[in-house]
Amino acid sequence: MSDDRTVAGIKTALAAQVQEAAARYPANRSAIMPALELAQTKFGSVDGTTYQAIAELLDVPEIWVFEVASFYTLFNRAEPGRYHLRLCTNISCMLRGAEEMLLELQRHLAVQDGGTTADGLFSLSGVECLGACDKAPVLMVNEDYIEDITPAKLEALLAALKREAQEPSAEEGAA
Amino acid sequence: MSDLVLLRSIQNPEAPEVAVYETTGGYEGLRIVLRGYAPDQVVEAVKSSSLRGRGGAGFPTGLKWSFVPKDSGKPHYLCCNADEGEPGTFKDRILMERDPHQLIEGIIIAAYAIGANTAYLYIRGEYGLSIRRCEQAIAEAYAKGYLGKDILGSGFDLDIHIHKGAGAYICGEETALLESIEGKRGQPKLKPPFPAVAGLYECPTVVNNVETLACLPHLFRRGVEWFTSMGPKDGPGPKLFCFSGHVKKPGVYEAPMGLPLGEMLEVYGGGALSGRFKAAIPGGVSAPMFPENGFDVKMDFSSLAEAGSMLGSAGVIGLDESASIPRVARRITEFFSHESCGKCTPCREGLTWAAKILRRIEVGEGSPGDVEQLEMLCGSIFGKSFCALGDGAAWSLGAALKHFRHEFEALIPAQAQPVQEMRLW
Repeated sequence: MSDDRTVAGIKTALAAQVQEAAARYPANRSAIMPALELAQTKFGSVDGTTYQAIAELLDVPEIWVFEVASFYTLFNRAEPGRYHLRLCTNISCMLRGAEEMLLELQRHLAVQDGGTTADGLFSLSGVECLGACDKAPVLMVNEDYIEDITPAKLEALLAALKREAQEPSAEEGAA
Repeated sequence: MSDLVLLRSIQNPEAPEVAVYETTGGYEGLRIVLRGYAPDQVVEAVKSSSLRGRGGAGFPTGLKWSFVPKDSGKPHYLCCNADEGEPGTFKDRILMERDPHQLIEGIIIAAYAIGANTAYLYIRGEYGLSIRRCEQAIAEAYAKGYLGKDILGSGFDLDIHIHKGAGAYICGEETALLESIEGKRGQPKLKPPFPAVAGLYECPTVVNNVETLACLPHLFRRGVEWFTSMGPKDGPGPKLFCFSGHVKKPGVYEAPMGLPLGEMLEVYGGGALSGRFKAAIPGGVSAPMFPENGFDVKMDFSSLAEAGSMLGSAGVIGLDESASIPRVARRITEFFSHESCGKCTPCREGLTWAAKILRRIEVGEGSPGDVEQLEMLCGSIFGKSFCALGDGAAWSLGAALKHFRHEFEALIPAQAQPVQEMRLW
């Protein structure tokens, strides 16, 4: 992850890729979503500085960038934990115990739905349908789907992630 | 298994590779189209196939294409809706992950038919593997001359770009999807004008679902007659069904349309987890549920519409005897309330209220009159917003109240006093 989160730093880091994205559309505004995604991949979250940098790169009003960033739930406007746990609680997962599992996760991590643990390791969100209803309940850990979750599987998963976080060599790979 | 069309390669881990796709007749449909059909003739063939959209609304695909003007003087766009988000639905993900070239070939055929030289494939952001597989397939298709300039020497040019969604169910609605590609919030627009006339960048645009487009290579390789021989006359062709919830064998199955819901739940879904179903949702949560005594309804576009529901996204959700219908209704309503884009008051406010009432009923704090209040809200939401999100929410909640009113009433304490004031906020 890059550290220079000034407007100039973000612009330098993203310029080439944002330009490449903009070339796919007849209007620069269309590249706002791809640009936000690129910024998030690079920096972990998006904020006011990011919006300004993207607005300048695409020559669009900054409010357009903020409108998009604040509408779509996959854009992190706060720094998420190292592992973002997104547990689907929609109907098919709910029917197989997801709501109880969300409560269990809240208890286990001592964090509210939507919150991040004090050590910055885990963010927890109950989310809408992830489109893997045949493997319910389903959980996303960052970009990966973990399917057919059971309480035992969950416990093992959390323990494994905590272990992974303690290994110094894993530090770089997580980004 | 040999009869499978859309899922014929589902067991082959190498199916996503173009060379493997070609060995199963891949890109033959495209060759047939580019060699022997003018764009108009492609539209006519799809019209005569009676192919209906697989995204939810079931609109006739050829008819949709025919609304694209021929003399607009503007560029035309084809958009593939891969923003699959209807709870209980996961068929498009399987199609993209397991057989992406089938979709790419379909996109090329559709773009040719409507005269589009640019296509956008809008994939929901969570579908990482789908995105990677489609990116790979697009790159292979360029390398093989199926995309780019002068495709297979036909003079037809096409570029496909992937646009990633970012977690908004509403972007599955076609006008919201187009707004999203334009770089805006995904808020639906009032129709007309329809996208076919003024869509992406105010240009003629067609939005088609993944499964709809995936049917096209087969339709042209095997012919309209073959296609119309499968399933009901007014909406034939191969069809995917997703089974989830309280079923023993959840998964995606390709099956003929027109089988009774109850039979499908047994044969494909493997029956109820607890041994007996109480109800089932036939086509994603926007589709009104059927109690078990309605399980003889046939699973096709018209039969379900006649029975007051819809085939929708064909996401079949089984609810066995252990399911609490008020809880199910609460969760579905919370979903719609959360995903309402906030543009239209009846949907934004009405669903917030409905979810609130459902939550208090579920925890035993309901009051006499709450069920009537919910019914009133359903009537205030249905048909009163720009898009179908509120309609689906009100429609499905209405069915739960209609068929299982006793379950809601049983949760309302007998001694509770009617609500004197609106305790909604």
